[in-house]
Amino acid sequence: MTSTFLGLPTVAATDTEHLRGEPFPVAARRALADGQLRANLGRATRTIRAKRQAVVDEVDDWQELREAGRALKAATMARLDEHLEQLEAAVTARGGTVHWARDAAEANAVVTELVRATGSDEVVKVKSMATQEIGLNEALASAGIAALETDLAELIVQLGNDRPSHILVPAIHRNRAEIREIFRREMPGVDPDLTDDPRQLAMAARRFLRSKFLSARVAVSGANFAVAETGTLAVVESEGNGRMCLTLPQTLITVMGIEKLVPAWQDLEVFLQLLPRSSTGERMNPYTSMWTGVTPGDGPQDVHLVLLDNGRTATLADEVGREALHCIRCSACLNVCPVYERVGGHAYGSVYPGPIGAVLSPQLTGVEQNATLPYASSLCGACLDVCPVKIDIPSLLVHLRAQHVEQHRATHRLPSPEAVTMAAAGWVMGDERRFAAAQRAGGAGRLLGGRRGVIATLPPPLAGWTSSRDLPAPPAESFRAWWRRTRGESS
Amino acid sequence: MTSGGVTARDEVLGRVRAALGELRVTLPGVPRGYHGAGAEPVDLDLLVDRLRDYHALVRTNGDGHTVAGLLADAVRERGARSFVVPAGVPPAWLEALGSGVLVDDGTLTPVDLDAVDGVVTGCALAIAETGTIVLDASADQGRRLLSLVPDYHLCVVREEDVVATVPDAVARLDPTRPLTWISGPSATSDIELERVEGVHGPRTLEVILVPAAADPRPPSTPGQSSEAPVQS
Repeated sequence: MTSTFLGLPTVAATDTEHLRGEPFPVAARRALADGQLRANLGRATRTIRAKRQAVVDEVDDWQELREAGRALKAATMARLDEHLEQLEAAVTARGGTVHWARDAAEANAVVTELVRATGSDEVVKVKSMATQEIGLNEALASAGIAALETDLAELIVQLGNDRPSHILVPAIHRNRAEIREIFRREMPGVDPDLTDDPRQLAMAARRFLRSKFLSARVAVSGANFAVAETGTLAVVESEGNGRMCLTLPQTLITVMGIEKLVPAWQDLEVFLQLLPRSSTGERMNPYTSMWTGVTPGDGPQDVHLVLLDNGRTATLADEVGREALHCIRCSACLNVCPVYERVGGHAYGSVYPGPIGAVLSPQLTGVEQNATLPYASSLCGACLDVCPVKIDIPSLLVHLRAQHVEQHRATHRLPSPEAVTMAAAGWVMGDERRFAAAQRAGGAGRLLGGRRGVIATLPPPLAGWTSSRDLPAPPAESFRAWWRRTRGESS
Repeated sequence: MTSGGVTARDEVLGRVRAALGELRVTLPGVPRGYHGAGAEPVDLDLLVDRLRDYHALVRTNGDGHTVAGLLADAVRERGARSFVVPAGVPPAWLEALGSGVLVDDGTLTPVDLDAVDGVVTGCALAIAETGTIVLDASADQGRRLLSLVPDYHLCVVREEDVVATVPDAVARLDPTRPLTWISGPSATSDIELERVEGVHGPRTLEVILVPAAADPRPPSTPGQSSEAPVQS
């Protein structure tokens, strides 16, 4: 299938600042030159891979859980409009207020207005990919509202004036020594004798945030799941910063992509098993909070839910590509990806990095806005093997590559070098004599091979192929020639 | 918010409908071949093992102690002076905790709670397979902030409230109550993915696991776990 866009009025995200960056090959080349980054990532991803495998191996019905997770997400998407209306009705009936946002700017405006209405110029935040995607912190800052990230890794990123590089551990690219330096430089009132012991660093964050939590009046969160049937929202976390934000302030504003629904309460029995084991490699994460609207006398009394499109309906319109919306943001695919492990999250230029980012970001922005990401993969398939909801990321990558080729052809009068090469190859391989002649000619390519038997640089116009890979020198004799020589003329 | 007269709600829902098209695919039912509610027997030893694996402290009544005796032991060993409890805890707990106990009347602030050494609560249920305790804000558990701000959380789990698996827990819980699932003390893996325990939530979680017979409660005491709404 080349394209399933049906000319429907869905629109990609318009403000794409946090969903695209410079071309992947350019960013990847720079990242690969950073030995410290590669060491940090290699160590961290090795650790988490082993932890995940150990707790997944404990579960003898893991494949059945994955299949249920996949089917539940497919069922959610197939009736997404009905589930959204059901969720809205349930949240509203329990005293919450539901808002809708077509894009990032609209979501930011809604949240800014809600914070302003409280009179507060400060909000505490629970880690949330959706608010990263829409650049909420920057939007609030320009409205004079300070947003404080309270997840440890998000705090490290925020204090370091850095960008997140991983869905689960946004500061995965930083090691303990770098984190100590950031804290010593940027954290008000920090002990100057702070060491790089992770425990000491975590305690420094606890001290710094404690007074903020106790006095916060407004919190902003994301949501891991929303149950359409009951209006229940869930946040899955480890540190307790989530509980602080979801419990102590008077006002709670949750920003959630429209795809994060599950149809029924019972469905959480699947996802609460799949997510922690895939994500942090734990049987269960330390804290999961669930709330349904307002509970009188307990927790925030002013509860809002902002439902965000921002390119999701455009993704939904692609029957194949919509599978990317099944993602539950566990980040297992990042941790197993040989490309991610070497280049890190920043090279993807989007808040959604790694294999899932390479299929999600281009669909949210439109493929032509993010055309290099579908190629940021070796298609090895490790991501599919670990995905808790069985998203076929390799097939989606190929699907998006095909879309890119189609769109390039549709908008350019001159064919791309790749298209010319493929057309030529098709002509040659379509005829036995032409193919044999080409193989004999190909043997001459040995002249380009170096001592290791590889061609490091092809001459133009083929140089693009070897800019990021070596080409094995062609053998002196083709298989067909060898067969004819050793087995005689065959039928 | 509107633009061109169409609300964001109508436009987003319209886009969803357009994306899905006129002819909706009918998907086959969700295959639930995994172990569902009721499929596994409850294993109390597994619960203790899983709690300890994530560094919760566990006391059981192996010597036939009552919950009051175990509470008194825990408090003495901890050296904690001041405790907060929700309003619906059984009178026997209050006696065991002594004079330094503060009963939440709904007005305690986060700053008040930051000044106490610990909190004692019951729970809605516990999940053996994952070592998880679930609070549902019933009267013996109280408001969510009670079990959050103090640095030490002592939680009484009655053996009758232990379930085997996550599906068992989901089947029994009422989603309209505020739910807090707790698995060990607060922790972070954000620095080089190395697990560090004790961040913003209580840095110590201690569980007292007793049969209901060792935790007598007056019939009128609100907040017994049997009174928590139960979905079957």
